[in-house]
Amino acid sequence: MRRVITSGVLAAAVMAATVGVTHAAEEQYFPLLVYRTGPYAANGAQLANGQIDYLKLINAKGGVNGVMVKWEECETEYKTDLGVECYERLKGNGKVAAISPFSTGITYALLEKVAADQNVLFSMGYGRTSAADGRVFPWVFNFPATYWSQATSIMKYVAEQEGGADKLNGKKIALVHLDHPYGKEPIPTLQKLAVDDGFELLLYPVPPTSMTDQKSIWLDIRRSKPDWILMWGWGAMNPTAIKEASLIRYPMDHFIGNWWAAAEVDVRGSGVPAEGYIGANFHEVGAKAPIFAEIKSELYAKGQGTGPEAELGEVLYNRGIANSAFTVEAMVTAMKKYGNKALSGEEIRWGFENLDITQARIDELGLTGIIPPTKVTCANHEGSPAIKLQRWDGKSWTVFTDWIPAMTDLVRPLIEADAAQYAKENGIEPRSCES
Amino acid sequence: MLYRETGVFHSSYAADQAIFKLPQDRYAIAFWLVVAAVVLPLTVSNYVLTDLLTPFLIMAIAALGLNVLTGYCGQLSLGTGAFMALGGYMTYKLVTALPSASALIGSLTGVELALPDPVILGIRPFDLWFLAILIGAGLITAVVGLVFGLPSLKIKGLYLAVTTLAAQFFLVWLFIKVPWFTNYSPAGIAPAPPRTLLGLQVTGAASPPVNRYLFVLALTCLAALAVKNVTRCKVGRSWMAIRDMDIAAEMIGISPTRAKLSAFAFSSFLIGLAGALWAFVKINSVQTDAYGILVSFQVLFMVIIGGLGTVLGSFLGAAFVILTPILLNIGLTALNPGLQALGLPAFEVAMIKHIEFMIFGALIIFFLIVEPHGLARLWQIAKQKLRTWPFPY
Repeated sequence: MRRVITSGVLAAAVMAATVGVTHAAEEQYFPLLVYRTGPYAANGAQLANGQIDYLKLINAKGGVNGVMVKWEECETEYKTDLGVECYERLKGNGKVAAISPFSTGITYALLEKVAADQNVLFSMGYGRTSAADGRVFPWVFNFPATYWSQATSIMKYVAEQEGGADKLNGKKIALVHLDHPYGKEPIPTLQKLAVDDGFELLLYPVPPTSMTDQKSIWLDIRRSKPDWILMWGWGAMNPTAIKEASLIRYPMDHFIGNWWAAAEVDVRGSGVPAEGYIGANFHEVGAKAPIFAEIKSELYAKGQGTGPEAELGEVLYNRGIANSAFTVEAMVTAMKKYGNKALSGEEIRWGFENLDITQARIDELGLTGIIPPTKVTCANHEGSPAIKLQRWDGKSWTVFTDWIPAMTDLVRPLIEADAAQYAKENGIEPRSCES
Repeated sequence: MLYRETGVFHSSYAADQAIFKLPQDRYAIAFWLVVAAVVLPLTVSNYVLTDLLTPFLIMAIAALGLNVLTGYCGQLSLGTGAFMALGGYMTYKLVTALPSASALIGSLTGVELALPDPVILGIRPFDLWFLAILIGAGLITAVVGLVFGLPSLKIKGLYLAVTTLAAQFFLVWLFIKVPWFTNYSPAGIAPAPPRTLLGLQVTGAASPPVNRYLFVLALTCLAALAVKNVTRCKVGRSWMAIRDMDIAAEMIGISPTRAKLSAFAFSSFLIGLAGALWAFVKINSVQTDAYGILVSFQVLFMVIIGGLGTVLGSFLGAAFVILTPILLNIGLTALNPGLQALGLPAFEVAMIKHIEFMIFGALIIFFLIVEPHGLARLWQIAKQKLRTWPFPY
């Protein structure tokens, strides 16, 4: 009865075994979990292009201290089970630098796997917020800021506009969010702020299955007239929300997207001018940094660019660069201790944990504005969170604030409490960070 | 010639009622069980074990479950994803609320007592608590499935599909909406805590892939055996009678209420079990993202493509739906070095995905045209040919 199945399985096994990729000894391997298809493709493609272009540039310049990098892409469609499958497929193909799935759902599914396999999971500004507690999550890094920190920074700006946190009392603040792990992350923090500051928090979940149909939500918003709207959106949800906001004539300068809801593709895709729409960010927009000249001359001039050249300097492209740059800097840090060679997971982890990127180093790399100065420690995997805000003028983004630091004193206890609960449920003994 | 009933005589009722009446069938099944339980774990890579074979077996359990309902009892359901989710969330709630049998007894009686826990040959034969949890979660899913099966007493066919669709949306919405289900996790995702069985770690990332695989394989075999036997006894026959003609079945004394509700309960039990395994063994977390409407359709496709009302079909369908896309993807990616060597542009990941979709879709259409009764039917035809070989009539 089971003969046909098992022979199918055997065939599968043989096939998978023959497909294994050979690797040279002295290369550092970047398994890239990307999504270039599906409803999140517009965002995912730019992220992937940025990541790959930076790695190409590193190789064109002779590698990281002479160690060349290589990479492979695997399509996840932003789906958790496919992401897990991709991780398992790629992880054995070389000395892994870091895993960056760009999906909170996949990040959650990989939390324990990376710890068991001794690979670094670098969820840059997304994923499980409490992973910022490095004592419980030694293998996960989520600097430059978590969702909770980002939410407090945005609320700081809102309070400032209203004339102080005490003026928020009685205001209505709406959160339009993807009804998905990612979109739900900031809710507890905002709820706490709502209690502290006395504003009313209205939640508008957008189901992932009907991201492009938000009519009823915005009808509701039109009725409830919130003073501010925050958005935790991704993929096709963002342009739809921006368009609907414009259709109900909501004042765009009171509509703030988080840093996954404020890219060129989001506003352009909405088909409305959306002038004044505000977004969070942790880097500059535009191709101003010196690195772009190199990318153009080394890659695009030679026809080796990954994406369309016109997208250089766009928000998500730059973020892809930032992701690769952080990882490469962690390698550089680790090489100072372990020597110039392809590094093991534990060595890379040490590099991430002792990362101390100064402004001088950033300027030296030509990454001015693309990555913020960052210092990671054993206990704190979030760094010192802060955001900037950018405004859409109808054609492009312009950053218009200085760094707005997060309310770390409020967020950190929440992070530690959540991490402690996780440690208890999973039988993890938090490591000590005092040495 | 080689494979026929002629000459095989049964001298007892037990032999006559065996699942596999022919010696050849018995040898074959024993052979394949040895291959699945011994040869494969020793030979294939961890990736094949954890990401091809394990998910295939888990989805085979789900397909068996839906086959009970749709294939044997004729009740169309689109709520499979939700019942899988229920199984996953209930297992999570149970393992976190009742970490061990002694904890349960302690909370009931107020007395902390240590249960005997001897170690024999490296395993702990009394460490069966996780199995009890899975059965508990399955039973809860069965009860909920039964409740959502109530409309089937009044409505049939596509209309029933719509009410089970309601279960899909309602349950998934419930798990997102009510934070209690995830123990108030801020993102609404519950991490699946590692658990042991017989003293061996069977879930969680740190457990050896072989443990996870053999654990799932054992449960899959039990599920297949259960479905095979239940469908051969009175309950299963009443399901098939209802499926073939409900009015006639009622006339000969079969209670449609009992038949339909028992099918819903049994089916949901298996689907809940599959959902729990999917969360604890495959994706290491409990999240609604993994149990969407697409999963419901996927399992329904497995049942239809594999063959309605056959155990073998559930396995063939699950293998086809789970493995084909992954193998296509790997195969197309493997073509890239060759293409580059020939100076041709390599396939990009998005292109590979699109080609994978197209080929997979074409294969579905192909199989449904060539063999509308499902892949299991192909094996039946092959058996018939073997019987009459070399003199077909």
